[in-house]
Amino acid sequence: MNNIDIYQKMLLILLAVLILHLIILVLLFVSTIANAWTVGGTKNTDLWYSCLTTNAGYHCSSASNEDWIQAVQALMVLSVLFCLFSLVFFMCQLFTLVKGGRFFFTAVFQILASLFVMCGAIIYTVMRPDGEEDAAFGFAYILAWVSFPLCLVSGLIYIVLRKRE
Amino acid sequence: LLTQSEAIVIYTGWERHALVGSDIRLSCSFFSWRWTSDDVTFSWSYRPDGARDAISIFHYTGGAPYVDNKGPFRDRLEFVGNPGRRDGSILLKNLDYGDNGTFTCDAKNPPDIVGRASSVRLLVFEKVPIQAGVITGSIIGAVLGLLLLIVVIYYLMRFLVARRVFNLSVRSVPLCLGLGPKPEPIPGLDTCMV
Repeated sequence: MNNIDIYQKMLLILLAVLILHLIILVLLFVSTIANAWTVGGTKNTDLWYSCLTTNAGYHCSSASNEDWIQAVQALMVLSVLFCLFSLVFFMCQLFTLVKGGRFFFTAVFQILASLFVMCGAIIYTVMRPDGEEDAAFGFAYILAWVSFPLCLVSGLIYIVLRKRE
Repeated sequence: LLTQSEAIVIYTGWERHALVGSDIRLSCSFFSWRWTSDDVTFSWSYRPDGARDAISIFHYTGGAPYVDNKGPFRDRLEFVGNPGRRDGSILLKNLDYGDNGTFTCDAKNPPDIVGRASSVRLLVFEKVPIQAGVITGSIIGAVLGLLLLIVVIYYLMRFLVARRVFNLSVRSVPLCLGLGPKPEPIPGLDTCMV
């Protein structure tokens, strides 16, 4: 009975860690793709487009192509990629790791992903032009900041997690 | 009420970007249901950024162009259009930061004279702004390339180390020939057992 108990516990932990990882991946993806880092009234901009809603419809133009916006774009895309890589590594290491080994590679990629999100969010916060009235941070920006600690915690969990069977 | 079928429609660009010191051609053309008259007129005016009033800088009438000879564009303005083909474009030479502003073209094709003038904004840059996506792509490419490089180096090192270990272990096994049916090397020693 004891062995089955432990086995079930391990399975639950594994499932929880996996679900957390998937949630983080989805959050990062939505934050990168959704064009709502700054919203205000009829306008929503960044990271990719600058869109204005008028009576006639929806008018979009490219977001400004200054250096810092492109850096934030790159960092967000990289964080999504690294989170994906760490998921793939997790699947791999689950089956190839020796008993008692740690998920080192998974943790490294996950922590790097969290660092990229942090850098991107910080750069955006600092460099955003603040001369505009009623311009507030949109949900994509908030998602980026939410996914940073989640991603970091997930990476640390992978460092602590050991493979048992 | 201004219905399009009775008005003259004037086309210019929306916004133009240029480098300091370069030349730029501001195009102006119009659509009118009537034939191009001999009395067609083109008129360009310029309003600097932040100013309230516009100043006339070019006028074409009676078959002859009249360029600015007193204002901000004297000796820098040239008429490069073809009024017969409804083209009233002008060429601005040797641009400077003070030329940032809005240029308005107004054309009249008698008797079709009712219409809206069209404006084009001029932006003068010190250097051409980086194209969207160039920096993004290079950062992503550089990081992924670095990752690939690290992975390749890691596996290369592992391969080399394994090969070196293999070479050493092969060399430490002494050759045991001609000593009997099944000679074996004594591990750790350089001799053979019979």
